[in-house]
Amino acid sequence: MNLRSKDLISIKDLSAEEIGHILETAAGFKDVLGRDIKKVPALRGKTTVNLFYEPSTRTRTSFEVAAKRLSTDVINIATSTSSVVKGETLLDTAKTVLALGADIVVIRHKCSGTPHFLARNIDASVVNAGDGTNEHPTQALLDLFTMKEFKGGIQGLDVAIVGDILHSRVAKSNIYALTKLGAKVRLIGPPTFIPDCLKDLGVDIYTDMNAGLEGVDVIMMLRIQLERQGKGFFPSTHEYFRNWGLTAARVGRAKKDAIIMHPGPMNRGIEIASEVADSSRSVILDQVTNGIAVRMAVLYLVSGVRG
Amino acid sequence: MPKELLDKKDIERAITRMAHEIIEKNKGIRSICLVGIQQGGVHLANRLSAKLKEIEGSDIPVGILDISLYRDDLNVRKEQPVVRRTQVPCEINDRKVVLVDDVLFTGRSIRAAMDAIIDLGRPSAIQLAVLVDRGHRELPIKADFVGKNIPTSMEETVTVHLAGDGTEDRVVLE
Amino acid sequence: MRLLITNCHIIDPSQDMDALCDILIEDRQIKEIHEHKTKGKAQKNNSEQKTSAREQEIIDAKGMLVLPGLVDMHVHLREPGFEYKETIRTGTEAAVHGGITSVCCMPNTNPVNDTPGITEFIIRKTIQEGSCSVFPIGAITKGQKGEELAELGMMHDAGCIAFSDDGRPVMDSLLMRRALEYSRIRKMLIISHAEDLALAEGGVMNEGLLSITMGLKGIPAQAEEIMIARDIALAELTGGRLHIAHVSTAGSVELLRTARKRGIAEITAETCPHYFSITEEAVSGYNGNAKVNPPLRTRKDVEAIRQGLHDGTIDVIATDHAPHHKDEKSAEFDNAPSGISGLETSIGLSMRLVDDAVLTLKELVGKMACTPARILGLSDTKGTLRPGADADLVILNTKKEYTVAASDFRSKGKNTPFEGWTLKARPAVTIARGRIYTWE
Repeated sequence: MNLRSKDLISIKDLSAEEIGHILETAAGFKDVLGRDIKKVPALRGKTTVNLFYEPSTRTRTSFEVAAKRLSTDVINIATSTSSVVKGETLLDTAKTVLALGADIVVIRHKCSGTPHFLARNIDASVVNAGDGTNEHPTQALLDLFTMKEFKGGIQGLDVAIVGDILHSRVAKSNIYALTKLGAKVRLIGPPTFIPDCLKDLGVDIYTDMNAGLEGVDVIMMLRIQLERQGKGFFPSTHEYFRNWGLTAARVGRAKKDAIIMHPGPMNRGIEIASEVADSSRSVILDQVTNGIAVRMAVLYLVSGVRG
Repeated sequence: MPKELLDKKDIERAITRMAHEIIEKNKGIRSICLVGIQQGGVHLANRLSAKLKEIEGSDIPVGILDISLYRDDLNVRKEQPVVRRTQVPCEINDRKVVLVDDVLFTGRSIRAAMDAIIDLGRPSAIQLAVLVDRGHRELPIKADFVGKNIPTSMEETVTVHLAGDGTEDRVVLE
Repeated sequence: MRLLITNCHIIDPSQDMDALCDILIEDRQIKEIHEHKTKGKAQKNNSEQKTSAREQEIIDAKGMLVLPGLVDMHVHLREPGFEYKETIRTGTEAAVHGGITSVCCMPNTNPVNDTPGITEFIIRKTIQEGSCSVFPIGAITKGQKGEELAELGMMHDAGCIAFSDDGRPVMDSLLMRRALEYSRIRKMLIISHAEDLALAEGGVMNEGLLSITMGLKGIPAQAEEIMIARDIALAELTGGRLHIAHVSTAGSVELLRTARKRGIAEITAETCPHYFSITEEAVSGYNGNAKVNPPLRTRKDVEAIRQGLHDGTIDVIATDHAPHHKDEKSAEFDNAPSGISGLETSIGLSMRLVDDAVLTLKELVGKMACTPARILGLSDTKGTLRPGADADLVILNTKKEYTVAASDFRSKGKNTPFEGWTLKARPAVTIARGRIYTWE
């Protein structure tokens, strides 16, 4: 089976079948990562360009490792040190990157819609590593992979996502993926972070964290951006933690074998208590490992789609 | 018009003979690992393993190997090959690996399988067991153990049905 | 110049006219109109003309509509300062291409039109290079900074026909009050760009489920409605003349309707073709050409705008023509400037209101020519085909379908979300400033 598009830009564009196919392919790649020689020649001779307009260590490194494990050549362009600072437009940067021989461009940008623009204008495969507050598809895919690993499947799973949904591309991609695959999604947080109209996506909304976590299989915590405090989204981190911080007591509301997830990096003591982050129910580090396998699957599958 | 080349009994006899040949060539089955190539070689590897156990009385480790990431035609194929699981439950280093596949044709799958095995470790030897050799080699690859040699033309296809409990076994030419 | 246009199906609400006529134009003015009451009489008149010794041109407008040249009271001509986006020359060319013969240009140029000097520059440039009449709108506040009143009186003397800080609101309610009060010295028109900047801050499209699922910051309808409510209250307090620019939401229409019922006399309002033709869905795919301020709204709002035009709550259709360079519009959606290049699609889009029975032909011409002329105090010479008025008119072909192509635009701004649309109404001939423009 092939993916329908040469690009992976948004979960909204993927069918449930395509998501399933990516996750299965990722399982095959996780095997590769367990070996001594963690490398396969599948994309030998191809070039992957990491075009990161926003600084990021974990995601960029994850993509870099994934690309290298597939034997592609990797070029990292960190735009704070590049010609972009001199005012080069996005389109000109993209065309230059293409002229360098890029087969795959992995892009992260603070403006939503940037990967869509790029994909329309260059022939290479474009993979979205996070665009503004729109989507972070590979994060959702690795989150689903992790849930499948620990819970067996996605259909019927009760998943709670806690925090700044409005501004979180991770939350949005997860909501689209989980609802597509038949999970039951709850959003928990203050109303300033969770607009009412999100109900139209088929999710339930809670402002009371204790009620919201009752009986869930998965607790997904989102990182709170501290700048939002200044804009009136919440009065203080102290109040935030009191109402929506994940404490051991609150974890107790969920199912006994519920898992705790976080896309990282964590603000210990603000959205998640330290001891909870380190507890045996936390699969946060598994998410990181799975991220490489999932990204390998994504890079492999998009390069298999020919124009 | 599909033609049945081997029926259930033919296949059973071929597997028995191949098992004996494996034992003979390797002077026993100590330090042998069977590795079935996804997808056609997996059932055959299990059958061979069962037969070897019947004859020699001991268990042989059986692994499955996915070769899609080692193929030489990834850039040319229209359909992207599906990446499947690879599970080799034994140490490869210093072992004899018997690769198992259902049909040997151009030899390119075997070349990919050898590269995949060597990335997993350094076997002391790699041997090849196939149920059907249909000719038309494009690489210098030869099977050590062959169920049946069947000359074919390029337009024909050979399909091996080997799943389940053996009641549906047959080899078909179309 | 002496021109006879025959077989004109004239639509002119200023004379309550929907009739078949001949029009005689002399020296840039409408000289005479002869109705075809009977066939015979018309021919008689024709032959009378022919025997006259003076040379004249004849245009046959058979099968087409003849309207007073359209009056667009909200246009950005970008000169001085942003000539790479548009100039007075290219903007007025685009106007006549769209059948528009009078435009009011907004002051958010560089430098801002907040002094008589800039006003005079615009007027002079128009005389030199303009294809149609241009009436400058002066800034309400100095530099459009919203801090101090600009010299409204002197600008009015220099030729400013109205005042607005468009592009920006006057956020300070006290200052807006003062502007409305002071404007009474000459009964000046104050045009309000109603946008609460705090609520709208950073927004790039309409706020709703679509903006959230596109990851774009939204501007809630209330950002417009709050300011319209404020401005109506201030107009009532001060007795100034208020005109609300680019109305886009159902709530705004409701506020205006209520104000009208209460009889707060001197409040008028305009909307733009995009607000009655497309919704926020046009932004899908991060289409920068659909990024506009106020943003495109929901289907409910579009219906309310159409209803507001139908029942007279909205008086005027103006374009808010906002040309931008293609490089700017193809940047990241967040960074692309807002605006739609609208002069050349206005009549085509607006005619669909007649097809959909939202407006009659006469009402349409009223909203696009007569009423804006009246509000601007130009009704003696513009927006009318009354003898003695300026010979600004458009012969409109409404029968032949055509496809909108930005490459055809005379405007430098090719930023339109209507690329590829099939429309029916298009000027065949535009007459303005004594020149006859014939379009393919």
